[in-house]
Amino acid sequence: MKKMSKSARSSFINYGIVIVFFVIFQVLSSAGKLSSSLSGQLIPICTYVVMALALNLVVGISGELSLGHAGFMSVGAFSGVVAAVSLQNSVTAAPLRLMIAIITGALLAAVTGVIIGFPVLRLQGDYLAIVTLAFGEIIKNILNCLYIGADSNGLHFSMKDGNSLNMEPGGTVIINGPMGALGIQKISTFLSAVILVLIVLFIIQNLVNSRAGRAIKAIRDNRIAAESCGLNIMKYKMMAFVVSAAMAGAAGALYALNYSTVVPKKFDFNTSILILVFVVLGGIGNLRGSIIAAAILTVLPELLRQFQDYRMLVYAIVLILVMIITNNSKAKAFIGSITGRFTKKAAVKE
Amino acid sequence: MLNYLINGISLGSVYAIIALGYTMVYGIAKMLNFAHGDVIMIGGYVAYCATSYLGWPVLFCVLASVVVCIVLGIVIERLAYKPLRNASSLAVLITAIGVSYFLQNIALIIWTSNPKSFPNMVTLPPLVIGGLQISSVALVTIAACIVIMIALTLFTGKTKMGKAMRAVSEDKDAARLMGINVDATISLTFAIGSGLAAIAGVLLCSAYPTLMPTTGAMPGIKAFTAAVFGGIGSIPGAMLGGILLGIIEIFGKAYISTQLSDAIVFSVLILILLVKPTGLMGKKVNEKV
Repeated sequence: MKKMSKSARSSFINYGIVIVFFVIFQVLSSAGKLSSSLSGQLIPICTYVVMALALNLVVGISGELSLGHAGFMSVGAFSGVVAAVSLQNSVTAAPLRLMIAIITGALLAAVTGVIIGFPVLRLQGDYLAIVTLAFGEIIKNILNCLYIGADSNGLHFSMKDGNSLNMEPGGTVIINGPMGALGIQKISTFLSAVILVLIVLFIIQNLVNSRAGRAIKAIRDNRIAAESCGLNIMKYKMMAFVVSAAMAGAAGALYALNYSTVVPKKFDFNTSILILVFVVLGGIGNLRGSIIAAAILTVLPELLRQFQDYRMLVYAIVLILVMIITNNSKAKAFIGSITGRFTKKAAVKE
Repeated sequence: MLNYLINGISLGSVYAIIALGYTMVYGIAKMLNFAHGDVIMIGGYVAYCATSYLGWPVLFCVLASVVVCIVLGIVIERLAYKPLRNASSLAVLITAIGVSYFLQNIALIIWTSNPKSFPNMVTLPPLVIGGLQISSVALVTIAACIVIMIALTLFTGKTKMGKAMRAVSEDKDAARLMGINVDATISLTFAIGSGLAAIAGVLLCSAYPTLMPTTGAMPGIKAFTAAVFGGIGSIPGAMLGGILLGIIEIFGKAYISTQLSDAIVFSVLILILLVKPTGLMGKKVNEKV
């Protein structure tokens, strides 16, 4: 262990946490100790962990606030569903079909990420945030009036209604505008979800500790200094953004294939904020924090069902308090006086 | 055609009033007050309660809503934003999102998610010119917008407090050295912005009479779009941006697609930011290294 660098050790701890989490829940569920509501949450937990990791790459590592990540998730979800449904007869093995669906979702979300990234990443700060929000809304809006059907001739698209798809009599409507996708076969499994989490974690951790990752962090810390060192700002920002979009797309496909129906409205601004809450509470830039926060905060509302109405209120208050405590010098000093350890850490950071 | 134009100007006037709040706060505190749209919603609910439960006359309802929103605006600024005056813009923005969420969920708990149908506050007969019928709500909205615009221009240009406001937005430290109470000036800006939000809330709900905890979110974002469109920080810019955006939205709805109207509005925002990032009337600020 001693030879390992600090970052490598921390990476392995992260993999370990995910695998231990998987083993515990797998054992519990095969022993029948898991309540049905909790076992239904396993795949959503993994989805949100992936989303939180993906968003953390943009917000924490690259330093850009994206408020439209649910948009990428929905692109991934719907393209994944289309892929899974249209291959239902030709690819019979469900795990393979799931893999194809996830890859399709990731690819389409990555393409969307490239299209959105070019205009968005030229902007900074508040403007960037609001434009990603706008893109998220545009994606939701377009998916709300998108109709896709499949028959023996292939896929049919329409922006008007299901009847103008011009399909053969035997064709099925896969995506039905605001009604979303109906009658999906549930092919997501807990194992595949955990594998996706591990793959995403692997990619992000290697990216962050690579030359490109250091460049991305340098741009976050001081854009002008990084640029004057000869770094191609657009390239590295784009790299982080598109990788993150692809991961969000993969998470979306996994999520959609766990339910029999998905609607575009599910992936709205509130979902983007929810994921942002995971990232902020887990610690901006802290991958392990994102994993733990996403997992706990997805399960918590199930356990605290009677406080459902107050959940978002508590989230809001916690969000505000965390921001004030971590960013206000007086509050920081106050906390520091209680725990001496904290000040030492903060002093090293600055 | 002319009808659409008037509807567009009327909707745009509401956006313009909201955008003024955004633009003033952004100009002075350099922060995007995400919760502004939710102040509108609270304003709408207060007016609704005052008229439906208490049966107050219209003018008092509006006044009550303005007072509540002004207090709310100052409290939000003091509690949530003031501790973060020197923090990074990311931190402030996330806090503002938190405040926005807080307000929406408070409203959800107090008034539940059932939509309330807002009573029409403007009960004047519509104006008929030739074959054209203009609703009284539209007329009052446009008139309110013009009055507010003139009042604000005079206020920032002529009065001492207005000058202090401009000084603070120019350079906080220099303003403090000149004996300006910076904190009070920022609070005043939030108070004015929130008061305007209350008026916008009443006008918006009179024109589109469903009131829900999420009512304010979309107009808030669109009004921010309008503020960016016109050049953020500029009062005439917010006005122009708001009205243009209202016209674009109504025409988009009428001639292109009802469902895609939001997408059209946001595409305008993205286009503007790409072509002219400082907006129609914004000043270009060079970054110092």
